[in-house]
Amino acid sequence: MVTAAAAAFGGADPPEPPRKSSAGSGGSDPPEPPRKIAESVPDPELPMVTVADLGILRDVSEDGDAVTITITPTYSGCPAMREIAADLRRRLERAGYRHVDIRMSLSPPWTTDWITPEGRRKLAAAGISPPAATSTATPPTAETTPATPPTAETTSATPPVTFVPLTLVRTPVTCPRCGSRDTLETARFSATACKALYKCRACLEPFEHVKEF
Amino acid sequence: MSEAWSAAERESRVFDEYAAYESLSLETEDHRWAFGTGFADPLAGVDTTVPHGVDPAALAATCLGLADDALIYSHRLQQWVTRAPELEEETALANIALDLLGQARMLLTRAGQAAGWFVPTGSGGDGRDEDRLAFFRDEREFRNVRLVERADADFAELTTRLLIFSAWRLALLQALTADKDPVLAAISAKAVKELAYHREYAAGWVIRLGDGTDLSHAKTQAALDTVWPLTGELDLSEETDAFLDAVFARACLTRPCSPPLGPVAGKTGRDGTHTEAMGYILAELQSVARAHPDATW
Repeated sequence: MVTAAAAAFGGADPPEPPRKSSAGSGGSDPPEPPRKIAESVPDPELPMVTVADLGILRDVSEDGDAVTITITPTYSGCPAMREIAADLRRRLERAGYRHVDIRMSLSPPWTTDWITPEGRRKLAAAGISPPAATSTATPPTAETTPATPPTAETTSATPPVTFVPLTLVRTPVTCPRCGSRDTLETARFSATACKALYKCRACLEPFEHVKEF
Repeated sequence: MSEAWSAAERESRVFDEYAAYESLSLETEDHRWAFGTGFADPLAGVDTTVPHGVDPAALAATCLGLADDALIYSHRLQQWVTRAPELEEETALANIALDLLGQARMLLTRAGQAAGWFVPTGSGGDGRDEDRLAFFRDEREFRNVRLVERADADFAELTTRLLIFSAWRLALLQALTADKDPVLAAISAKAVKELAYHREYAAGWVIRLGDGTDLSHAKTQAALDTVWPLTGELDLSEETDAFLDAVFARACLTRPCSPPLGPVAGKTGRDGTHTEAMGYILAELQSVARAHPDATW
């Protein structure tokens, strides 16, 4: 049977996947639970972490051979969302789930606080500095009900969007290589929307930092 | 492999190249040609009902205006790719353009849902999705403000206009995070976080250039003088005004007193009346889609 680890080698043709002909049919191994398959899908731009690590995967529900997966977009224009949806569908269909429905959920909006401790550890191990906590974090366990909407006047004074001062609040970024906090931002934007470029003044290595968002 | 090939070898090589592409699409089981293509409905699975008490026509108009601002300005920013002074700035501008394009896609989709355009052609609607709205509307059907149409003369103009645009849009969408329509509210909540980064980026450059050398100061003041009349259509809030004043003060720039660009026959960008630049943008933006109306990507 295809293990999560084997399924992670997306490039190569996996061995013939088990077919879920009908629920509970004897003879073949039971298919992997859809949640386990979905959780193993790597992010196409940060392949060292999975969609579960990033907190993009919101929900997996199963009804016979039908699976409904809810994901949430990171940045509005992130092209990886399309790839993630296609990858989820492909892997579940290969595992024998015939009806795979991928849904988007916009609320509550994704923030970098949804990245799990395991995800942060994997990012750091790959040389990418994980984000610090954002000031107005929505805890991952929070209900989907947003706070009572304030009026337009008070809204404009609500963080993280402050009208003055001119810069966003930033916590010091630690070098994922040597651990020094003596680092310098070289560019606010990077090869993907979610990262900024830094360099370490102690070990002189450049590195990427996942922006607080 | 640079040796001359026999006809048979050439043929087999051509065949192999097709086979390579074919295997790509076979492997992914959908026929996309590149990363990020093969767009699906960006609001797939989101509850798209227009809630009771929300006027669908007004919601569609709000979404369409904001979508067109983002779409047209994203296109202008994309034109800087390969032309920016440094690779880091080019990456920043491409990222900002991408964020705006993402906002445009969701807002166009929401506008289409609210207006009932998504109803299939046979069932009363005209079947227009985000792509139809972006590529097959004529100039007078676009509802973007005229600020976003202008081509940037130089980097100072780029950063000055980006500052005004992102500060204005941030305040606008921040207010819409409390909108009665939960989809527009959710799109806005995502967008404000992106716009906060855009505004900060632009403010950093305007201050650096305005408070820089004599030349950079002169160019930035000239850029502000050029762009400022186009802000007449924006109806800047007090907070946005205060923010811009704070940036201008730190950038040693004088806020222009020039009169705003007036409406033409009573109409502005939000009414579908645009500047000369708009036709050129649409020609570039739409020509491929219109030449191949049935193409998919």
